Amino acid sequence: MAKYSIFNIIKNAFNEDKNWARAWRDPEPKKSYDVIIIGAGGHGLASAFYLAKNHGIRNIAVLEKGYLGGGNTGRNTTIVRSNYMLDENAHFYEKSLQLWEQLSSELNYNVMFSQRGVLNLAHTDSQIDAITRRGNTMRLNGIDAELLDEKQIRKLMPYLDFSNDVRFPIKGGLLQRRGGTARHDAVAWGLARAADSLGVDIIQNCEVIGFEETGNKITVVKTSRGNFNCGKVGFAVAGNTGHLASLINLKLPIESHVLQAFVSEPLKPMIDHVVTFGAGHFYISQSDKGGLVFGGDIDMYNSYAQKGNLPLIEEVVTAGLAMIPSLSRLRITRHWGGVMDMSMDGSPIIGKSPIDNLYLNCGWCYGGFKATPGSGWVFAHTIANDEPHSLNKGLNLERFKKGRMVDERGAGPFPNRH
Amino acid sequence: MLIINCPLCGPRDHAEFTYVGDATKNRPKNGDSSNDNAWYDFVYLRDNPKGLHEELWQHSFGCRCFVKVLRNTLTHEIIATGMPKDNLILKEKGLELNV
Amino acid sequence: MFRFQSRQQQRLDDGGQINRLAPINFTFDGKKFIGFEGDTLASALLANGVRLVGRSFKYHRPRGIYSAGIEEPNALVALRSGDRHEPNTRATAIELFPGLEAKSQNRWPNLLLDYLQINNLLSPFLSAGFYYKTFMGLPGWHFYEYFIRKAAGMGDGTKFKDPDKYDKKHVHCDILIVGGGPTGISAAVTAGRAGARVILVDNHPKLGGQLNGERYFLDKKPAHHWVEQCVEELDGLENVTIATRTSAFGYYDSDVVNAIESVSDHLPEPLGYQCRQRLWQIRAKKVILATGATERPIVFSNNDRPGIMLASAARRYVNQYAVKPGKKAVIFTNNDDGYKTAFDLARSGIEVVAVVDSRKNIPEHFEKELNEKDIEVIASSVVIDTYGYFGLNSVKIGTLSHNGKTIESNPYIVSADLLAVSGGWSPNVHLYCHSGGKPVYNDSIEAFVPGELSQNGHSAGASRGSFSLTDCLQEGHNIANTMAEALDLEVAEQIIPETNENTIVPIEALWRVPGKGKKFVDLQDDVTESDITLAHREGYVSVEHLKRYTTLGMGTDQGKTSNLNGQAIMAQEKSEPIEKIGTTTFRPPYTPIALGPLAGRDIGLSYKHTRRSAMHNWHKQHGAIFVEAGQWLRPQYYLNEMEQPSKENMDKAISREVQTVRTSVGLVDVSTLGKIDIQGKDSAEFLNRVYTNGWTKLPIGKARYGIMLREDGLVFDDGTTSRLDECHYFMTTTTSNAAAVLSHMEYYLQVQWPKLDVKVTSVTEQWAAMALAGPKSRNVLSKLLPTINVDNESFPFMGVREVDIEGVPARIFRISFSGELSYEINVPADFGEFIWQRILEVGKAYSIRPYGTEAMGIMRIEKGHVAGPELDGRTTATDLGLQKLLSSKKDFIGSKMMHREGLKDENRPRLVGLVPVDKKSRVKSGAILVKDPTLAPPVPKLGHVSSSAYLSPTLGHPISLGFVSGNIIETTKKIWAVSPLHNESHELEITDPVFYDQKSERLHD
Repeated sequence: MAKYSIFNIIKNAFNEDKNWARAWRDPEPKKSYDVIIIGAGGHGLASAFYLAKNHGIRNIAVLEKGYLGGGNTGRNTTIVRSNYMLDENAHFYEKSLQLWEQLSSELNYNVMFSQRGVLNLAHTDSQIDAITRRGNTMRLNGIDAELLDEKQIRKLMPYLDFSNDVRFPIKGGLLQRRGGTARHDAVAWGLARAADSLGVDIIQNCEVIGFEETGNKITVVKTSRGNFNCGKVGFAVAGNTGHLASLINLKLPIESHVLQAFVSEPLKPMIDHVVTFGAGHFYISQSDKGGLVFGGDIDMYNSYAQKGNLPLIEEVVTAGLAMIPSLSRLRITRHWGGVMDMSMDGSPIIGKSPIDNLYLNCGWCYGGFKATPGSGWVFAHTIANDEPHSLNKGLNLERFKKGRMVDERGAGPFPNRH
Repeated sequence: MLIINCPLCGPRDHAEFTYVGDATKNRPKNGDSSNDNAWYDFVYLRDNPKGLHEELWQHSFGCRCFVKVLRNTLTHEIIATGMPKDNLILKEKGLELNV
Repeated sequence: MFRFQSRQQQRLDDGGQINRLAPINFTFDGKKFIGFEGDTLASALLANGVRLVGRSFKYHRPRGIYSAGIEEPNALVALRSGDRHEPNTRATAIELFPGLEAKSQNRWPNLLLDYLQINNLLSPFLSAGFYYKTFMGLPGWHFYEYFIRKAAGMGDGTKFKDPDKYDKKHVHCDILIVGGGPTGISAAVTAGRAGARVILVDNHPKLGGQLNGERYFLDKKPAHHWVEQCVEELDGLENVTIATRTSAFGYYDSDVVNAIESVSDHLPEPLGYQCRQRLWQIRAKKVILATGATERPIVFSNNDRPGIMLASAARRYVNQYAVKPGKKAVIFTNNDDGYKTAFDLARSGIEVVAVVDSRKNIPEHFEKELNEKDIEVIASSVVIDTYGYFGLNSVKIGTLSHNGKTIESNPYIVSADLLAVSGGWSPNVHLYCHSGGKPVYNDSIEAFVPGELSQNGHSAGASRGSFSLTDCLQEGHNIANTMAEALDLEVAEQIIPETNENTIVPIEALWRVPGKGKKFVDLQDDVTESDITLAHREGYVSVEHLKRYTTLGMGTDQGKTSNLNGQAIMAQEKSEPIEKIGTTTFRPPYTPIALGPLAGRDIGLSYKHTRRSAMHNWHKQHGAIFVEAGQWLRPQYYLNEMEQPSKENMDKAISREVQTVRTSVGLVDVSTLGKIDIQGKDSAEFLNRVYTNGWTKLPIGKARYGIMLREDGLVFDDGTTSRLDECHYFMTTTTSNAAAVLSHMEYYLQVQWPKLDVKVTSVTEQWAAMALAGPKSRNVLSKLLPTINVDNESFPFMGVREVDIEGVPARIFRISFSGELSYEINVPADFGEFIWQRILEVGKAYSIRPYGTEAMGIMRIEKGHVAGPELDGRTTATDLGLQKLLSSKKDFIGSKMMHREGLKDENRPRLVGLVPVDKKSRVKSGAILVKDPTLAPPVPKLGHVSSSAYLSPTLGHPISLGFVSGNIIETTKKIWAVSPLHNESHELEITDPVFYDQKSERLHD
């Protein structure tokens, strides 16, 4: 793999860029793999990468029904943070954030991880109490967090609505400076290139259509490009988890819901952080290309369609204008949807399954992107060792049966409320 | 916008409704011996089909009736609506599940 | 008039659809110009000879006006200024209005000098995805990003509140027709005659579509006669609504189409009563998509200079706007469109140097006119390159080899200031695709067309690839009749007018011209042919990878003129047919839409409803400081007349209120609590299932406290329910869960237990509620109810009475949140303020005071009552010390799942009282409980502080409620509360959560 660097860019420029090699191969699938990961999104690719890198397993296939990075990896709002309160989440996401900090150089691919800071606004005393508890917990866990008052926020983000004409005035906010954004596609591509260079076969346009089982084990993965024998199988298909699980008669505490996002026309720098509204569901950041990236709540009904409806967009925009009134005359160029694997407590499921050699990586709700490297790290560990890493121990499937839910919001077993 | 045909009010915007979820889950009877698995299944597990889905919506900003809806989760097409007791899949028989 | 004309050197003397009698002043980059009514900004700039209008995104290349419609990739300007500033506005879609102010973008210091032109020289290093390959080292991406962000972006953001208003409109129809060109008009006439309720939307100021830009004749008369005649007929039909300046931007589920109506964008500012834009939500039974087609460029070297434009745009400028976009034109085409352009330009006095046609055979039927107009046709040839930095001055032409991969003979250069390009037409399948449709590739027109029918939206005319005018008119008519039939309407007659068009000779695909140099595919984002070949070389070959890696089609135009060319080039590189490569997903909106109309009027203070109790005005007049409680505004505390709002006065007021209640009597507005009326003969059984404790034995006239669990066994809500009659109960819920509890109960009644005879109704807003609390509350009550015995025996704790207070029906509940003797009085909301005032008058003798949520909160902490911070959806009844309310004699919601091991874990944090050891320190809610405040992270967390009273006026020191791990409570009496966010730590003593009157004697007496 030719190293990417400024020197190589210059060298290649004199050759009209004719000498750049493929970023990853398009291999003919083999008959048998030690590990088959289903889903070549960020999580699947990261899992394969760390399986190869940390655990020395090289005979790996990552199967992708479409093109790699084409699911939620390529359609999220790119926010990375580790501002969680519950221990099971906090340490896991913090590990992930630490991996993000090294990811570009680890992959030799600029994933544009921009630690511009993530601010959660609070508008009532009880919200201040809630972010205080969260921030204090983060600090005790060794994760950076700062509580800002209205004055400090005004200085940092003068474009927020501090006027008297506001329904829910800003009272304070919780800032995680190490949080930020990354270039989502680059994460998939960088991981694909790095995994590929370690010998991982990434097989695109290859849809899984069934499994063959012997005893309590999957022996064959059947796909649109043929059948593969397998040692171990990992699911990393986010919103398609329910469908894939149904192919092997597995019911999971997961529902698929559509989450929409939208982007504005490109603008000169206007918003330098990631900001989330506290009196409605809305978050915003500005991409390096200049588009404002908006996100909000899910559409609320089960869906496998990668499209949503306008009422939710209207609601998100309304919250957006409540937070930043000067957005009103700016224009949206595009809105799209991704299918979220909403779990029953709002936290992911990453670990073993009722089938001996099947491992689950799902239930990411709308927080999957920031987990990408951490998820790969612990999933690879779980698959390689047939037992969870200490960081995903609490995120097991059994927790629902045992009453050990990891419910950051306290919303209960209603997947669309997390 | 999905337009849902409320059995009591007629066709209405889905914005008038609140989504409840999977309508195929059977609540274990009160008084049953405590069958942990049945409760686990009822509260937590979902078929989550890609295709036809029988689901409940509440007409919250209307008659407050719970409406059963048979909808394709892949296309959002609504095939039928009825009262909670109705079995829409049977009614629409001939429809293949998991399109 | 001559004066205006003289300034518009490119304006034709006659023709066009502009009003030469209505000159309009405008400025571009500060320079003053004049155009005419009917112009767009683009046509007015061209009329004034302005060719350079912007800079490209990446290389900052000089750019001009490329199209005459919403597909414009180049001519983006900053429109208006100050609080009406609109960046990235397409000059080709702005109707000229008096005083219009526009500025060029993405340049510094000005359009000519622009220092980032340097990027054009550096471009060999800036090929697709270069940024993924570098900037990885120190000092980190955030450092480089600062400079990249400054260079990127197009227009400047907005800084001010928008002074304009926005509306929303909801409409229904039988048939929605999107697009008011020949197809749409024809469809509207037929559908209208058939009696269907029709809505026709078009994004232009007037109907006509492509007819406005062409020299077509219908029944031997210029086409606008037919358009005017149809519009007149449609205007006369009551069942037809025509909405111009209305752009359908998205086709959603259930045949709902949304559109934005530009109500006053064509005016200097909205008139007093007008909104700027209006969002339409159209619910249609059937939809006719007559959205037309968009012309494509051809990819060749330096195909981006000002002076190069789409052939159809050049026609539109001469035909509709009477503007000559150049003096000397070359036309480059691979289809018949080029000839139409040549004739229209020649007729307008533009010298047409040549038609360069990549096809071998020149259509015979053009020969006569070509000869007449003395236009040279150069067949089998292509434009290889162009010259002129700030504007085109010459064009290099060469002959294409047989295989199309090289240039054969010696190329030559001709001078020209206008190059009109046509690479064929792509149907506008956007709305069809939004609706769920999958487009398919059609070889005969070399473009994607709608595939199978999706929802009830039928494409017709050019939007389904029928490019002949006759076909468009006929298809519009036919589809309207098919729909009329399906809607049980009589079909209608329409005589389709005769057209003057020539037979169309098939296009021969030409996606790119061989040769070196920058060949732009996506003009806005500066994506070149070599970027696409690089993407192919590096394996970014799926159309989505191509798009994301090169940014093809990611600009404000969303690739309307570039996507297919880019995809076709990738197909050629892969040696695969285009249909196999496919196309990227078409996403709404069709054209960019402002955020304003999506929010409508729900902005500022109207963002969310504000709920006020019946006594709100009284509170306001009597010094109340309000606090948000969900959507409600509640009095937090009351200042005396002389007190100014300050922290000291707040503390003073709260202490005063608490002391009044503890020693005498106070009155608090509790109207926000959820109130649910429950009736039916199975009500007791129902409550028994909903609440965790027993309800079957509750007598009439008594209230009981209860908690509800969710099905997962965790606490959902708490409150009291009273039995008013045999089959009639009255429930209260917490303020925040009022709606959720109602839905929860309705769900069980309608879905799970439909046989239970119970009806539930929210009556939160029907009743005003106030709690009269304090040792003297009985005295006040007995004065208020002189005829009723309210002594402890007649009206005991948890008793309920329905009485008359001075003629007002009232329900009185002897329940207590404060821990004092207390009566909660409910009266019909209309009488709330009257009764509130009466109580305060009667209570004067006992120094009664109103009190707010702060005092109420302190007293509930003193009493160890749980509230929102404790009922956070993660706590069990046992965590809250309410285990005695869990009946073991019955099933209730949650009773099965509450026994799971994790919920019975001895180490779960449990509710405790917390008192600072120094009896002074103010401990913050949200502080974390730890064993040792000096430990370094990660620190084991033993619990947290959930609610804090900075001062308990009753006890004389601060108190808190919190949760501490079960195993700690047994062994430890002291613990530290730390708040690293505030750099604070305090040692606390763990106590019983009930600080005050532990035996509850006060409320029983």
